[in-house]
Amino acid sequence: MKLVEGKTGSWEVVIGLEVHAQIISNTKLFSGAPTGFGAEPNAQVSFVDAAFPGMLPVLNRVCVEQAVRTGLGLNAEINLTSVFERKNYFYQDLPAGYQISQYLHPIVGKGQLKIELADGETKMIGITRLHLEQDAGKSLHDQHPNRTYIDLNRAGVALMEIVSEPDIRSPEEAGAYVRKLRSIMRYIGSCDGNMEQGNLRCDVNISVRRPGAELGTRCEIKNVNSVRFVMQSIDYEVQRQIEVIESGGSIAQETRLFDPTLGTTRTMRTKEDAHDYRYFPDPDLLPLRLTEDFVAQQKAKLPELPDQKKERFVKQYNLPSYDADFLTAERELANFYEEAAKDVDGKLAANWVMGDFSAAMNKSGGLDKVQVTAKSLNALVKLIGNGTISGRMAKDVFIDMLETGKDPESIVNEKGMVQVSDTASIEKLIDDVLVQNQDKVAEYRSGKDKLFGFFVGQTMKASQGKANPQLLNELLLKKLQ
Amino acid sequence: MSKQSELCTLTIASAKEKLLKGEITSVELTEAHLKQMDAQKHLNAFITPTPELALQQAKESDKRYQKNEAKLLDGMPIGVKDLFCTKDTRTTAGSHILENFVPPYESGVTSKLWSNGALMVGKTNMDEFAMGSANITSYFGSVKNPWRKKGSNTPENLVPGGSSGGSAAAVAGNMCLASLGSDTGGSIRQPAAFCGLVGLLPTYGRCSRYGMVAFASSLDQAGPLTKTVEDAALLFQGIAGFDPKDSTSADVPLPNFQKALTGNIKGMRIGIPKEYRLDGMPQRIEKLWQEGIDWLKDAGAEIVDVSLPHTKYALPCYYIIAPAEASSNLARYDGVRFGHRAEGKTLNEMYAKTRGEGFGREVKRRILIGTYVLSSGYYDAYYVKALRIRKLIRDDFMKVYEKVDALLTPSTPNPAFEIGQKMDDPLSMYLNDAFTVTVNLAGLPGLSIPAGFTDDELPLGLQIIGKPFDEGTILNIGSVIEKSSGFLEKARLIRGN
Repeated sequence: MKLVEGKTGSWEVVIGLEVHAQIISNTKLFSGAPTGFGAEPNAQVSFVDAAFPGMLPVLNRVCVEQAVRTGLGLNAEINLTSVFERKNYFYQDLPAGYQISQYLHPIVGKGQLKIELADGETKMIGITRLHLEQDAGKSLHDQHPNRTYIDLNRAGVALMEIVSEPDIRSPEEAGAYVRKLRSIMRYIGSCDGNMEQGNLRCDVNISVRRPGAELGTRCEIKNVNSVRFVMQSIDYEVQRQIEVIESGGSIAQETRLFDPTLGTTRTMRTKEDAHDYRYFPDPDLLPLRLTEDFVAQQKAKLPELPDQKKERFVKQYNLPSYDADFLTAERELANFYEEAAKDVDGKLAANWVMGDFSAAMNKSGGLDKVQVTAKSLNALVKLIGNGTISGRMAKDVFIDMLETGKDPESIVNEKGMVQVSDTASIEKLIDDVLVQNQDKVAEYRSGKDKLFGFFVGQTMKASQGKANPQLLNELLLKKLQ
Repeated sequence: MSKQSELCTLTIASAKEKLLKGEITSVELTEAHLKQMDAQKHLNAFITPTPELALQQAKESDKRYQKNEAKLLDGMPIGVKDLFCTKDTRTTAGSHILENFVPPYESGVTSKLWSNGALMVGKTNMDEFAMGSANITSYFGSVKNPWRKKGSNTPENLVPGGSSGGSAAAVAGNMCLASLGSDTGGSIRQPAAFCGLVGLLPTYGRCSRYGMVAFASSLDQAGPLTKTVEDAALLFQGIAGFDPKDSTSADVPLPNFQKALTGNIKGMRIGIPKEYRLDGMPQRIEKLWQEGIDWLKDAGAEIVDVSLPHTKYALPCYYIIAPAEASSNLARYDGVRFGHRAEGKTLNEMYAKTRGEGFGREVKRRILIGTYVLSSGYYDAYYVKALRIRKLIRDDFMKVYEKVDALLTPSTPNPAFEIGQKMDDPLSMYLNDAFTVTVNLAGLPGLSIPAGFTDDELPLGLQIIGKPFDEGTILNIGSVIEKSSGFLEKARLIRGN
């Protein structure tokens, strides 16, 4: 158990997360208005979204499918009957004066999610529930000195709220949880997890207690919109709560906001100001009833999910658990790897994908922005594997591939970069080096083993890097005996 | 009889016959009704008359008659309760907050009306947001009942009932052949009874609620107010049916309701629920109920005494559920996107002023009650309990329907009363709905049929309650009462037309 040391002893951190994930769907949860990102304000609003008199919600089947498949991806119970309720509160960007959500009867019940931590440990985090709800609109406060403008494009867009059990014990676990959840939803295609566009947002519930004691009073940090901020806000909030308690105070149950520029949290509203949402079943919508068949159909449509894929990668490609984790976090990268690893050494391909290729990906901002295809990376690994070029040469070839988008064979041919693997030519090079460095040869022979690397380097340089490194090593050893 | 009053006393059925024979045109028929609307302006039945639209629709209708392409309700001048959104025609729901609201869309039931050839003479007055039983809560003023007490020398001073009071007065005052109303707790049947009309509450889910300004979504249904049972069947036929835009709309077969009017109820079993015999109910109503029983017996029906034990909880249950839903449904009138807006320095001030100015007293009262019963700490004691009672009330009916085909009760515990009576006592006003709210709570169809008169010649109604989606049977029973009671003939004598 990870504990935090305070002045008066150690503390256990208890965290539960509520993740709001925007469902991938062409239309909103209860209307036919489109949901694309970046449209002109109020260009994607139906009369239903704007809550005009007499307008009625009609449930979008795609959103139900997405929620069920996400539930299945979290190994959760699917509730065949669920109920939409109204959450009532007044706000300028909430057109109906209520949000349609699910409360007592969510579409998805208890499930679990496995997270991998940096030390290679894994941990199961319980999922309490997943429910469907509408998003609200957006208030624009910066358009006019004393008026607020409203953009309803987002109003009515479908969200899944995924609530975890308070099983999370550190910022790292919280980060791993959000990343894993995002990965599963991306695999399923139910949420693209783009936190900058706001389509994945977290509410973080935090409390501290003495190890094994009763749960402490929690604070909720609202609307945190990146994995890094989730971790930072926990770090800050844990320290704050420990300091308050250790200096004799007590934690007030409240809702707080995270300030990313300061890295701190501050009170948004206290328990006394909490809304009474007056939930009640929405009389405009009948209870949602699903059949076993429908759930089975959704299950059949599920792709291979990260945990399964990871297990297969370890077996099929002989990869260490860490590599398999890294490669399966994103479906696109996993697919890329599988193509790059075709008929070559899986570990060697993994090294390339995780090393040079990932570096290039980070630099250019995405897998599809890198000029190197999986097929050409596969060809490069093949060239190394069959001894045509050395690993060292491959690094140069890869840089060329990145710049020109050419395949490795043509780069190798054009530049005459074929590895020298004939004994006689390498022996000739070695002899020259040894003659030029007779003093060092003598030192080596008198026991200074470290100089071996020097001779390798000199010879490789003389071959313009083309000498087969393994052969060079063997021959050099013989000559120096 | 003048041509004018001849045209205005037609029914949908008789007008259709004359139109088909070419004896009259739709334009003539419409002009006569528009003229009558002007003459009866003091009844305040309409919030927004639409004469130009009506005449334009009438011209198109006449073309269809000439081409022998007339539809079910072709050329029929209809009044539409101002609760149904009508594209490009102001729709107020009787409220200041929607005083200038012009919907850019057409409601489900009015869309069906127009596609069946009907035409709109205007939007009828109503209690604000359909909350009321006397049509005295409208921002646009009270509506007057065209009926007067025997020997009365004063101008009309009786309430038409509510909330569809304008719709009832418009038909009773011969300003349109029929009208559309809505019924949440009795808002079609009670004004129908007060104005000597036939009023049908269809089974919940039978008519689309799309584009109908919501009062209490789980109870609201659209329905017809007409002069005869046959007209009720025709107009109901023209608005009923599944609508995918309303998730509570029922995808069930739509029978031909006119064909259901056989007049033959031999062997049918009619239940008489003892709980509807209220203490202090006027004797005349008791007597009318017994007359109804006798007429049905004479027609060959079997009368069965039944019990609906949870009836006494219906009114309190209704006055929890309906305001609860209303408090949430009316939250959208916030001055942000449409309707009345009062400026305020802060958001909350804008809300408070807008809603404070925009809503009338009764609406505010119900929003407060609804907010209260849904609030934390009271929810289980009120709302959840009311839902449980609602289930028991429906179970009562369904159990009785194992033994009987329909039920007969009075429509209201009293006839139309004077404007100004019961004004300061909401509870006694709410009692008007004692016989009708049960039907909405159970989601059943109910028909109010004019069947007799008080001693001072005010109309009284009987109610027939049916099984789910069995409107055909209650319309048929209604046609028997209509005939046996001789109401239409007597009414003609009393009113001199």
